[in-house]
Amino acid sequence: MDIERLVAMANDIAAFFASEPDPQAAAEQVANHLRRFWEPRMRTAICRHLSEGGAGLSPLARRGIQRLAEAP
Amino acid sequence: MYAIDHRDLGTPASTATGKVTLEIDGHAVSVPAGTSVMRAAALAGRQIPKLCATDTLDAFGSCRLCLVEIEGRRGYPASCTTAVAPGMKVRTDSPQLLKLRRGVLDLYLSDHPLACDTCPADGHCELQSVAAQLGVTGSRLPSGGATQRGVSADASNPYFTFDPDTCITCSRCVRACRDVQGTFALTIEGRGFASRVSASQRETFLGSECVSCGACVEACPTAALTEKSRIALGAPTHVVKTTCAYCGVGCSLEAEVKDSVVVRMVPARDGAANHGHACVKGRFAYGYATHADRVLHPMIRERITDPWRVVSWDEAIGRVASEFRRIQAAHGPGAVGGITSSRCTNEETFLVQKFVRAALHTNNVDTCARVCHSPTGYGLKSTLGESAGTQNFASVMHADVIVVIGANPTDGHPVFGSQMKRRLRQGARLIVMDPREIDIVRSAHVAADVHLQLRPGTNVAMINALAHVVVTEGLANDRFAEERCEVDSWRRWKAFVAEPRNSPEATEAVTGVPAALVRKAARLYAAGPNSAIYYGLGVTEHSQGSTTVMAIANLAMATGNLGREGVGVSPLRGQNNVQGSCDMGSFPHEFSGYRHVSDGATRALFEDAWRVPLSGEPGLRIPNMFEAALDGSFRGLYIQGEDFVQSDPNTRHVVAALSAMECVVLQDLFLNETSHYAHVFLPGSSFLEKDGTFTNAERRISRVRKVMEPLAGLADWEITLRLAQALGFPVHYDHPSEIMQEIARLTPTFRGVTYEKLDRLGSLQWPCNDAAPEGTPTMHVGAFVRGKGKFIVTEYVATPERTTSRFPLLLTTGRTLFQYNVGAQTRRTANLEWQSEDRLEIHPDDAETRGIADGDWIGMSSRTGDTVMRAVLSTRMTPGVVYTTFHFPESGANVVTTEYSDWATNCPEYKVTAVEVVRVENADAWRTRRRAERTERAAPVGRTP
Repeated sequence: MDIERLVAMANDIAAFFASEPDPQAAAEQVANHLRRFWEPRMRTAICRHLSEGGAGLSPLARRGIQRLAEAP
Repeated sequence: MYAIDHRDLGTPASTATGKVTLEIDGHAVSVPAGTSVMRAAALAGRQIPKLCATDTLDAFGSCRLCLVEIEGRRGYPASCTTAVAPGMKVRTDSPQLLKLRRGVLDLYLSDHPLACDTCPADGHCELQSVAAQLGVTGSRLPSGGATQRGVSADASNPYFTFDPDTCITCSRCVRACRDVQGTFALTIEGRGFASRVSASQRETFLGSECVSCGACVEACPTAALTEKSRIALGAPTHVVKTTCAYCGVGCSLEAEVKDSVVVRMVPARDGAANHGHACVKGRFAYGYATHADRVLHPMIRERITDPWRVVSWDEAIGRVASEFRRIQAAHGPGAVGGITSSRCTNEETFLVQKFVRAALHTNNVDTCARVCHSPTGYGLKSTLGESAGTQNFASVMHADVIVVIGANPTDGHPVFGSQMKRRLRQGARLIVMDPREIDIVRSAHVAADVHLQLRPGTNVAMINALAHVVVTEGLANDRFAEERCEVDSWRRWKAFVAEPRNSPEATEAVTGVPAALVRKAARLYAAGPNSAIYYGLGVTEHSQGSTTVMAIANLAMATGNLGREGVGVSPLRGQNNVQGSCDMGSFPHEFSGYRHVSDGATRALFEDAWRVPLSGEPGLRIPNMFEAALDGSFRGLYIQGEDFVQSDPNTRHVVAALSAMECVVLQDLFLNETSHYAHVFLPGSSFLEKDGTFTNAERRISRVRKVMEPLAGLADWEITLRLAQALGFPVHYDHPSEIMQEIARLTPTFRGVTYEKLDRLGSLQWPCNDAAPEGTPTMHVGAFVRGKGKFIVTEYVATPERTTSRFPLLLTTGRTLFQYNVGAQTRRTANLEWQSEDRLEIHPDDAETRGIADGDWIGMSSRTGDTVMRAVLSTRMTPGVVYTTFHFPESGANVVTTEYSDWATNCPEYKVTAVEVVRVENADAWRTRRRAERTERAAPVGRTP
């Protein structure tokens, strides 16, 4: 999967959930969206990207993907 | 002429609920108050002679044939214009009435040719019928009138002719064009024998404002306005009632047939979605079904550069099965997938997603809703609890304020557009939110109160600004919000929209719309009392498509405009069965009825029914399939009735993805742009060859009934069945009705749907279940499907697609009335008379600075590609915005569109592309290059085995 594309998509998702005032809840909402709508290979790719530094990911996207990696 | 099996009751039905009892010819008759005497008599089996009356038009009272005697009333009132009254005593026949009627008919016949035997209306002519009813065979008067006029017939319209000689100037056509269609293209010019129907200012029909809806033809009682097909093919022998395969209105049509050939298509007057009306596409443009381009034999090839080889069904099916097995053995179950068609039936799309899940063991199934209304599903489910619109079309007739956002109903949903215009002519107010001045902003007797001509990509900012006004000016329906919605979400959202940064003044710089206009629109919407929102792809096909849908739902909840007639949030679904294909679970993350694949109870239900384990993980969406194909993990695709290469954004990216796959299976009517990259072609069926159901934009499930057997030998559902069986999945049905039985068993919102009930009631709006056995016209009555409505904060996030000095214009796209989607159907009909190419609409200011004149060839480029087409100077857009359509593969509008998409659903952002436009000196060179790109993979077809 094109990781740049996945990073952009993850950032877009995070931008929507950024309006959630509770940072923990926001991160969980990002993670939950990825669980519900991203096919496993996409989730695997973005988690791997995070583990390799996560270049380009917004802070909320990082936190959300971290939650996803902890609870796939 | 109306359908051959229609019993015309003379005047429209009354909507009153109270009953009136009267006496007609000595018999007691009970009808709704407001019913005409003519209609009451017809309901009682007494057909009063008439010529100017028909039950789709308000009474006119001109022909003077329908006179009756009413006890206690002087003279002989016209029964069409006389309403019933309690205790009224009517006599429909008497020697005096017969004398009067014969005298009137004499006058008509003196001015009409009597060569009935050679007339195309013979046997179905109302003048002929009235003459027979009154025992009149000719006129006693000298025939020196219009039959001697020598006015030649107007055959300019490709679908129907107008013959003034057989016209009785009853004005039905004029009234149909005015009251049903709302185009006002026709009038009666002149007086006495010189009276004649005139299109626009004495234009030909084709050259006039006529939009060829056929309402005039349908209303005409004689042969004056007749379908050319009727003239050529003669009288039909029977009628098959079916549903249109074009847009999401889902018009009910009566196919009049002779020997499996459609003589003509007539809108069904009892059609619940269309009420006897149709548009040029559904009414006339069905010839593609038997076009010479139809491919009727399966074909295969090893490589996409090879010529096609015609093979048997067994060999083609076997090829697909062996290839998909091979690919999955090498690369895993997720290396293949399927795409359902929004032009196929509910039964067919349910079967494809079943095939993908149960036989291919993957959730890699998607539908074309991905690229149009997937944000509707996400947004409305999140806020209201169901992935569908809240109303039926008839609800618009109770709206006081109509808001149209990012939709063009007169072009995209013409029959509903006409209905909307009727309501607007009755006095409803109109707000349009669109970068382009669409027709409904200003047309005959209709004008928008406010046109919010916003910059493309700023929908969320605009709707937040409207909400700001509603909340800060105390216009919200607090009681509704607090009783019906989650209070915490309501308070949080109120605080959000009330922030000054969301005010019309603060957002003006973003949207480009003056704050005063925004405030005016917001106050109008909030005032109602019934305010209804209709929206289309100008909402969804954006990077914030889902966010915009949620913002719309927020606005409706905040003002209490949900849960009753005349209000609501109504997505105008584009295709005949895109709603249905979504309902049927053609999504990688949902089973039928919008239940997530991870939901264990739902999954167990399907596993039990299908007797296979099913995956609880979401599969790949269409754009994700392309990405996965490029990285080698997705290699096989079964495509039913879609043409991604033309319809999906960033054509070069789509082409690269398809080229990377090992087995692309295309099931379609024609070789299309996508077929260049296919390895197996399975010939599909048109709607004329189908039995099944479609679901329209108002959740209305209607029957599709075949007129002819599938020309290629197998119905679409039979092909999918064979594929599943070839892969070892034991599935069998004898008829699509059995598939619907399974759908009903497995899908709560379809629990009460049966073919018997559909035949009996005509159609059903889901949810149809024990709680609503005859369906649900209006949703969220009393409570939202999710219980309490949820307000969701909708921050405006600017699209990443920005204009630059290199690409300084913004391109937005849309559709037209005469062509449809990728044009696969309409390009193969006479609709080419009205539109034979896509053109770029450009503001004169932008054109002037580029040296572009009207009709010039232009090259349009973006960061993803370039294309060439001709320019049309237009002030419909503001400077800086250009507009085109995507109906013709030659123009390749999607060569320039980008990969940006809705954050939630990946619905492409078709509506915002940064481009530059230049005048092209040598258009031929550009077109040759474009043609070469399209045809470099085109392969000849081998011989039939």
